[in-house]
Amino acid sequence: MSYVDDAFYRDLAAEFTDWQSGDRRLLDPALLESCRGILHLEARLLDEGRFEDWLALFADECLFWVPGSPGGDPKREIAVSFDDRRQLEGRIYRLRTGHAWSQVPQSRTSRIIGSVEAFRAGNEAVCMVRSSFLITELRGGETRTFAGWNAHRLARAGNGWKILVKQINLIDCDQNLRNPSLLL
Amino acid sequence: MNISISSRPLHDWDALVQADRAHRILYTDPAVFQEEMTKIFGAVWVYLGHESQIPKNDDFIATKLGLRPVILLRDSAGRLRALYNRCTHRGSTVCRAASGSAKAFQCPYHGWTFHNSGRLAGVPWPDGYACDFKDDKFNLAQVSRVESYRGFIFGTLNPEMPTLKEYLGEAARPLDDWIDRNPGGRITVCGANRLKYRGNWKLAYDNSCDGYHVVFSHRSLLEMENRLEKDPNKGMSYYKSKPDEAPMYCRCYGRGHHLKDKRPNVEKRAGALWEIEGAHPGKERYEAKLRERFGKEADRWLDLASSEPINLTIFPNLLILGNHIQVLEPVSVDETDTVWYGTAIVDGPDIPPGVAEDINALRLRTQEGFPTFGEVDDLTNFEEIQKGLAAQEDEWIYMHRGMDIPGRITTDERGIVTGPATDEVFMRLYIHHWKELMKSNPVLSVKRTP
Repeated sequence: MSYVDDAFYRDLAAEFTDWQSGDRRLLDPALLESCRGILHLEARLLDEGRFEDWLALFADECLFWVPGSPGGDPKREIAVSFDDRRQLEGRIYRLRTGHAWSQVPQSRTSRIIGSVEAFRAGNEAVCMVRSSFLITELRGGETRTFAGWNAHRLARAGNGWKILVKQINLIDCDQNLRNPSLLL
Repeated sequence: MNISISSRPLHDWDALVQADRAHRILYTDPAVFQEEMTKIFGAVWVYLGHESQIPKNDDFIATKLGLRPVILLRDSAGRLRALYNRCTHRGSTVCRAASGSAKAFQCPYHGWTFHNSGRLAGVPWPDGYACDFKDDKFNLAQVSRVESYRGFIFGTLNPEMPTLKEYLGEAARPLDDWIDRNPGGRITVCGANRLKYRGNWKLAYDNSCDGYHVVFSHRSLLEMENRLEKDPNKGMSYYKSKPDEAPMYCRCYGRGHHLKDKRPNVEKRAGALWEIEGAHPGKERYEAKLRERFGKEADRWLDLASSEPINLTIFPNLLILGNHIQVLEPVSVDETDTVWYGTAIVDGPDIPPGVAEDINALRLRTQEGFPTFGEVDDLTNFEEIQKGLAAQEDEWIYMHRGMDIPGRITTDERGIVTGPATDEVFMRLYIHHWKELMKSNPVLSVKRTP
């Protein structure tokens, strides 16, 4: 059952507008370290192909979102990806069938996450994190890169975080992409 | 000004395109590709863009006619034009934005400026020139013939081409059906899934009407779509058992145009398309919202968020699939861009207020499904074909499915050919049309007088 509706889109637009302002920056070293922790864990699980464990980092009502243009409005414009939880599960299910030819053989990846900054997001239980990424991929004997920055909307869960939204901003999101079938 | 093409044939085309097979070098020879960029992408009507991308006067998009950089625009007087994006001075592109609005284009290199009619507006310090800048040779070149069919804009450099309507011929009927299923017969382009592959453009064309590959190439998508269902008949599952015997069919209209019509697989009633639509984001919430307002009547609107089960292909580069406008853009002999433009429905007197917004919220998400979870596997298979074709001594690509089986393929009095959706008859017909074009010697011309 999908939870995506008008309110979901409205909240998403509000949450992802003007959030990276200097006066919202969170500088507490412990908080920054815990944000880095989930980002690094996420990158490692993806590099290791542990997609189910990776999915477990997401909240029940989550979004995996790759805009199709910088700042693209998902209600007005096709996205590269706009997965609610069910579709994200489907994405992994497809990769696991063994018949997703774009991922047979599966990409080997190495991710570098850097330039991590955290921002206040309305209440203490939620924060926004910006990070840069560089994914180096080997597939079919060719090495190539995917670069850009992520926006994570994180919710506190016990001592750690769950991912509410992962927005992946590829620098070439509005260009012709060759085989973007790996999990970004 | 005419561009002449050497009349000496590059190859013995009859030897390379036979009744049941085509030679590998059609896909691998850079010289064949170069010749295609004039004899096909230039000499026939080539799709350039949709009117909804340039709705107002002065709107433009950057596009290509074959390899020629082109600015498709609606000029200040409202006329559709396709200007060569090439300064008449030293050859630089004059427009570097992907889209926008402009009454004039100024070359960033030396400042030559052109009205959006293509006419030269002026050059800096003209006293340094003895020539007459009113000479048309200084205006931007433009595609000599630009025509629109119900919003679909095409261009050709060939004065011998019939009108666009004539070129489309009977293929205009399924295009009409596709357009008219939307309220008021109106759609607007809303972004795109943009993909590329390392392979020849014809590999995508060969696939355009192919009902044979679906259960194999898209096996992971079919499994994904049906993983949640008690009734495993979502999406394209009508391909699964014996697709040869399904009521869907393939129809070839001549000039390389063809249709794979899957509509007969789906019951002809409101709501039937929506019932087989997969589990896309927003599905239940928007359906509930529309049902609350319209009850059973919501079916006819929800069908508009569902994928229309046709693949209509207009030679050489326009593919209408589901709700997409897919465009093939050849880059080189072994590189192709394939752009899946999304389409949205438009508010108007034929649709209750607010419905278009709700339907489009669904329709955007349903359209992301196939390029993301289906096309990527096809493109991988195209890349693997291109790799396989490096084997020089293994020369042939076979396209003989359905051939020589009595009664399987029929031709009506208009010359329209119909066969099972799993046959390769469409490939044989289009590649023979391709062969005739490659044998021809069209004289292409650009226009300089706006």
